[in-house]
Order: sequence, then C-alpha cells, then structure tokens
Amino acid sequence: MAPLLTVEKLVASYGAIRAIHGISLEVNEGELVALLGVNGAGKSTTLKSICGVLRPVQGTITFAGEEITNKAPETILKKGIALVPEGREIFGSLTVAENLRLGAFAVYERNQYRRDLEDVFQLFPILKERLGQAGGLLSGGEQQMLAIARGLMSRPKLLMLDEPSLGLSPTLTEQIFGLIASLRERGTTILLVEQNAERALEIVDRAYLLTTGTVEFTGTPEEIKSRVDIASVYFGDEDDPTCEVTV
Amino acid sequence: MNLEFIINTISLGSMYALLALGLVFVYGILKLVNFAYGEYLMIAGYALYVLGTFTGLPWSIVMVAAIFVAAFTSYTTELVAFRPVRTKSMSAMLVTSFAVSVFLQNLVVIFISPRARAVRFPSFFSETVTIAGATVPVRNLLVIATTVVLLAVLTLVMKRTVLGMAMRAAADRFTATRLMGVPANLVISAAFLISGLLAGTVAIFWVSRSASVDPLIGAAPLLIAFIATVMGGMHSLIGAVIGGFVYGLLFNILSITLPASLISYRDAFMFVIVILFLLFRPEGIWRGGYTEERVG
Repeated sequence: MAPLLTVEKLVASYGAIRAIHGISLEVNEGELVALLGVNGAGKSTTLKSICGVLRPVQGTITFAGEEITNKAPETILKKGIALVPEGREIFGSLTVAENLRLGAFAVYERNQYRRDLEDVFQLFPILKERLGQAGGLLSGGEQQMLAIARGLMSRPKLLMLDEPSLGLSPTLTEQIFGLIASLRERGTTILLVEQNAERALEIVDRAYLLTTGTVEFTGTPEEIKSRVDIASVYFGDEDDPTCEVTV
Repeated sequence: MNLEFIINTISLGSMYALLALGLVFVYGILKLVNFAYGEYLMIAGYALYVLGTFTGLPWSIVMVAAIFVAAFTSYTTELVAFRPVRTKSMSAMLVTSFAVSVFLQNLVVIFISPRARAVRFPSFFSETVTIAGATVPVRNLLVIATTVVLLAVLTLVMKRTVLGMAMRAAADRFTATRLMGVPANLVISAAFLISGLLAGTVAIFWVSRSASVDPLIGAAPLLIAFIATVMGGMHSLIGAVIGGFVYGLLFNILSITLPASLISYRDAFMFVIVILFLLFRPEGIWRGGYTEERVG
C-alpha cells in the first residue's frame, strides 16, 4: 500500500535563508513517526510546508494519493491533515468551547460533533471543566491539551504535532507522551516533531533524524539508537568549526 | 449636566462608535488601517442622492439600498484591490488603501460632479421632540436606536455564529485560524462587508446633518474613526466602541467649555488629546485584545 504521506525532495526557505535542502520522508497509515533534531534542523519547517503555511521552493508533497504541494492551509486541512502548531496557538480570547468548535469548522455535522466532543473529553477530562473559560487563561499543560483536542476535532487522517512537550513540566511532558502513545493505539496516524529525542524514541514506530535541513538518518528506534549517538547530534562535535562563536 | 447634553453626547458617541467599529473590523484581521474607509461612507451618500433624487423610491428603501451599496463597495475593493497585494508588504497594503480612496473620489467627480449635491431626507429627520423638557432632534434619537440595534446584532453574530468565532479567532491568530480550515478569504470578505455596512449606516446620519454630499465628505469620518480607535484601543472591537463614545463626549465637552473665540479650534484640541493618549497610554483605554500578527 502506498504511504499516506509522501514528501519528496522538499526544499523550503524563509526569504533568502534556506531552511531545508531536499527532505524526503514517508508516513504510513497508522504509524507514529517522529522528526528529531536540534533547533534549526528543519523539523518545524517541514511540518509548515506540509500543512501549507509555508510554500516550498521545490519538491512535492503527496497525501492520500493526491498532490497537495502549494495548496492553501484551509484546503490541506480539509484533505485530512491537522497541525497542532508549535507554541499551541490557542485563541486566547475565545473560550475553550469556541476553540474546539473552530477545530471542527471544516467537518461540522451536529451529531458527529457531539460524539467527537465526548471523545475528546474522555481523553482530556480537564477540558470539560474549563469549557466556558477563555483559552488564554488556561495553564500551559491545559493549553497543549486544548491544542491537541482542537486538532482532533477536524477528524484528521494525519495529525502533526509540533513540539507538544515544549515548556511543560516533566510530569506534564510524561502525560502528553502517554497521550500520544494512546492516540497511536487508537489508530491515529501521527507525525511528531520533538526535541526530547530520547523520550520520543520510546513511543514511535520510526524516526527521521534531521540535521541542518537534510535527513541524516532514518529507521526504527532500535536502529537509530544502535547507529547514532543521539548526544553527538544534539550537542555537536567539539571540533566542529561551525559551532565556534566569535565575539 | 442637562438631559439635552446627555442625549446629544450619546447620539454623537453612537455615531462615532459605529464609525470606529467599522475601521477596526478590518484592522483587527488585516492589521491594515483602511484609508479608503471614509469613501465607503461617501459612496453611500451618493447612493442616497442618486436613488433619492432620480428614482422616487420610498426613503426607507433608499436608505437600506445605500447601506448595501457601501457594503458592496467595501467588499469589491477588497476583492479587486486589497486581495492581490495581501501577501505583500504592509506598505503595499497602505498605499493600496490610499489608491482606492483617490479612485473612488475621482469616480464621483467624473460621473457626478466635483461640487456638492443636495440629498433629500424625510422631514421627520430634521424635526425635534421634547423629552422631559429637553429639546432633542429626532435624528439623534434615531442614531441611538440604530446603534443599540446594530451593536446587539453584531454582538450576537460575533459571539453566537461560527463565522463570528472565526473572525475573532482570525483577529487573534490569523494563520492558526486557517489551520482550522477557515478560508482566509471568507473572514476577510466578511470583515470588509461588515465594515462597509457600518460605514453605510453612519452615512445616512452623517449626510443628513448637512443634507448634502460631496466627493471629500469621507475625510472627516475617517479621521474621527481613526482617532477614536487610537483612544479606545485598536486591538478590540470593544475598544473601538468605547473610543467612539469617549470621542463624542470629549468633543461635546470641548464644545460647551471652550470660549467662543476658540470653538473653531475644537479639532486641534482633539488632536492634543490624541497626542496625550499616544504618549501616556498608546494601547488605548481598553487594554488587551489580540496580537499583531500580519496576514500573509
């Protein structure tokens, strides 16, 4: 069976600055795949290109057998890709209920919506208690849960999570990782971007290791752990001249 | 303070609140101060003139039609002029808004006349009534009633409909709103439509004061809307409404406290107040609201 998502030789840049230089990756249906790497490796850029927020310079993105390169974000969402963006991007002046309602904007159907809401409350009971509260008043962890819940409300075929553990306490991080694992158990296809590589490798099926805008290595968590020294990827060689800072 | 002053202030404030609200609806989402905004009001004024003078339609239909002409003009300018440059720089958007303004002004100069035209209004517009001893123009009461109805309807739309939610969300985080599957063009078109609707409504009362319309009539309301939003706060719809009422109040206070020799300098005093606001409370009376993300 063809992969659900295929990214081929993707090149993207912010103005004159090239952020990714030809990334290729695949996500199969039902898989939990991680993009790992340091800041600036091109993880978020890849997600932004897939969901249409950033127009790629080159390369093709195919989703469910259909090319979606250069499509608008709203179109891509309708095709079934939801991004839970970095920094959560909760609508702070809207209530939790309104945030969730907007999550279902493209697929709204009253009865289905009610069922989906109940579903989401099962995963995140806290949101049910906070329904009338402004999104901006939630704690960081609650906002992350709302962001994921909001993403799920569009009934995505592929859920992309950008740094869901960023800025969360270790306890909350654990909770989020547990949640991602349980979403995978339920059959949701997930593309996860994480800085916390060690923890991510414990739950994913496969991972892509990115360095400076290219895929450095790909494989199962075991393969990655046996072949790559994660620490060296994250902290760099001490002899690496590009790491030097001149004042 | 007498009743007359209070009613007239609320009436003036209402009109300014609607003006400011129309400007902020677009600013909130596009972060663009639309300098063609006054021209929507001007176009509605000319619609009143043309339909009222040449068609013989009843005045109620003429007025409703004028409001829709303004909304349509606003919607069309977005479609034709703003949309193509939306992803470009902010300066491109600003210059476009000036271009639209000049274009619309010249349209009426060429096709109608550079000189003012008389607009007919139903006679009750200029009558007065006496309430508890205070003499109040009927027009002022109409402004207040219209504003109450419009604000109530808009509040309902923004709070209770999904489109309203999407517009509030887009003012907060535009890109994230698109990630929810909300088409960018939908919320932007809706904002321009509402903006034009408000400009058209104000046009009826604005034009009725002098019962005439000229190509430059849009300049003053634009300025008032702009100043009111600066005072009230550009970052929320509530701020704009507050700003409009505060503007009306300050203006009327100046009108009765300034000596006769200074009364024609009222606008200068208003600008001093604006400068004070910019110096000491640049975020406006109503803090908070949404962020400054550009649409692109």
